[in-house]
Amino acid sequence: MDAFLDALVIVSSWQVIAALIAGSIGGVIIGAIPGVGPAVAIAILLPATFGMEPIVGLTLLLGIYGSSMFGGSIPSILINTPGTAVNALTTYDGYPMTQAGQAPRALGLSFGASFFGGLFAVIALVLLSPLLARVAPMFGSREIFLAALLGCILVVVAHRGQSLAAGALLMFGLFLNTVGMEANNYTQRFTFDLSFLTQGVNLIVVVLGLFAVSQAFILLTGKDDTGPAPSISGHVGRGVMEVFKNKRIATAGALSGTIMGIIPGVGEFTSQFLSYTYARSTSKRPELFGKGSPEGLIASESANNSVPPAAMVPLLALGIPGEALTAMMLSVFYVHNVIPGPGLFRDHMDFVMALYICLGLLNLLALLFLLVATKPLLKVLVIPNRYLGMIILALSFVGIYSLRNSVIDCMLAAVFGLLGVVLKRLNLPIVPIILGMVLGGIMEAKFRTSLPRIRSLYSWIDRPVAMVIFCLICVVLALHLWGMWRDWKGKKDGSVQH
Amino acid sequence: MSDDPTDLSDLTHPPHQRAEIVFAVTSFLAAGVLALFWSSQTTWIDGQPLVRQPGLWPLIAIVGMLVFGLGELIACLRRNARHRGSSVMAELLLWAKAFEYVVWFLAYVMATPWIGYLPASMIFTTALAFRLGYRGRLLAFSPLVGLGIVLVFKTFLDVRMPGGAVYDLLPHGLRNFLVLYF
Repeated sequence: MDAFLDALVIVSSWQVIAALIAGSIGGVIIGAIPGVGPAVAIAILLPATFGMEPIVGLTLLLGIYGSSMFGGSIPSILINTPGTAVNALTTYDGYPMTQAGQAPRALGLSFGASFFGGLFAVIALVLLSPLLARVAPMFGSREIFLAALLGCILVVVAHRGQSLAAGALLMFGLFLNTVGMEANNYTQRFTFDLSFLTQGVNLIVVVLGLFAVSQAFILLTGKDDTGPAPSISGHVGRGVMEVFKNKRIATAGALSGTIMGIIPGVGEFTSQFLSYTYARSTSKRPELFGKGSPEGLIASESANNSVPPAAMVPLLALGIPGEALTAMMLSVFYVHNVIPGPGLFRDHMDFVMALYICLGLLNLLALLFLLVATKPLLKVLVIPNRYLGMIILALSFVGIYSLRNSVIDCMLAAVFGLLGVVLKRLNLPIVPIILGMVLGGIMEAKFRTSLPRIRSLYSWIDRPVAMVIFCLICVVLALHLWGMWRDWKGKKDGSVQH
Repeated sequence: MSDDPTDLSDLTHPPHQRAEIVFAVTSFLAAGVLALFWSSQTTWIDGQPLVRQPGLWPLIAIVGMLVFGLGELIACLRRNARHRGSSVMAELLLWAKAFEYVVWFLAYVMATPWIGYLPASMIFTTALAFRLGYRGRLLAFSPLVGLGIVLVFKTFLDVRMPGGAVYDLLPHGLRNFLVLYF
């Protein structure tokens, strides 16, 4: 209770309130503009948050992360173009509803489901806190090493059909993390006698290059295909209330998002896939799915918006980010010397509670903003793509250059921007590179600190939590291999039947 | 893309691009080159076991890149043999188009320490908007975009951007003001 009251004091500061408002409204606007997305916005804002208090900076970034999915549903529903990547499924049912003249209802359903999902995940987090506070201290170096290894494996296997490319990119990220002076023996690794490489490859530079600069290049080399601003008649409020008539679907979606969000490397797509499949298989009108089903819309939006709060669990409890956006947020902790992990729940419970309160308030603010501002917000949909690319490029520069005032950082970001263009054009995942860099660093550090206690290979898993994580790794690998075998057998049987 | 609107496979399995072969070959070769440099770019400390060697983690990463890269290369060759599709050369030309904007970006980077953040941003946004073919209201709005970015980041958020060398030519008070806020 003391922690909760302390948290309320933290949240009531004007800086946090300003970050709450800016994050939730900014996130909605950024999400509503196709081609920007939360990753670009967070990457650009990241260096600016280093000068803020951790709770202020994280609130701002979390606001953009969570609220962008609210906003991302607007172009998905109205013009069949997802505002953010995770809103792709929303187009399946949202746009047919717009074509059927039900745009305000579809928007209301989407906002209501997003709010439900976000709040559900925050409440789940609060309820889980005592358990996390008890379990987190059981994680020593070995357990964190194994959990990071599990995260790496999950990132690879989660990209079904692209596991080999994801694996190669993860290893590339791991390699990037090793470049520079290593901290134990003070030897140089892959610096090629270049002084700027001695400090290593900066994570923020890579993030900005891969997400923001590459997106700017893609938009600049593309075409302006924006039409006139769409308009809606009617109010979205009724649709919001309709979500509560579909509590079962919304709860299943939110639960799926919360569970998938907690598991590192899995994220929104899998949670939406599970939620949507469940909703369709249990619906009385499954034939409507993909043709304007309110249940389909609720399933997809409640699932994707419950992931951001849940993704904070491995970050806060173990210091292990589950995806690219929380990996970026990890740097905010490090800059302020607040080390997320088991100690955070023990020593800074007020901070953790403040973060939860902010997450809940962010959802509420985003919903309120959309209830009053959806119609004027539609104007952002007419910003030409290439003009947007120019703005992103100018914003990327301030993000990169303000880190160390280094021209070389900007050059490196441009190189990673080109790599990002190639990966995005080929539909290859970028996230494994970022997670490889972050998890690689954690694994190397924890591997070294574990070594004095390791007598044999069995010592790695001779503690209960380590054993559980090891079993999870085995299960994940076995399931993946089984899935690969099934795919291969299916293809073989198909070709025989031909 | 499937004709069935409820087929979720497009979300979980993005379509294959034939140009992926270029990525597969390049990444595998890059991993091979890094492997060749491993012994010269890491230090071997005598008397320490492999698990404590500074070169262990780069070695794990490079071996991983080689193994996954080889697998990706083989899978890519097989997929390309099975599917006809978009031209690889057309895709390469599209990638090459991005180089023009690398030059724009680096020109902006190089100009800032000389002419200052505010002038560089306003010139960059206006010139690039002109190059992109915008005229009229959008072009007129472009310097304001540059100004807005500077006001938000340097003036209000106080991010670390250096003053331009050209500011030194101005009177002391004005110079300090510009260095601090623009």
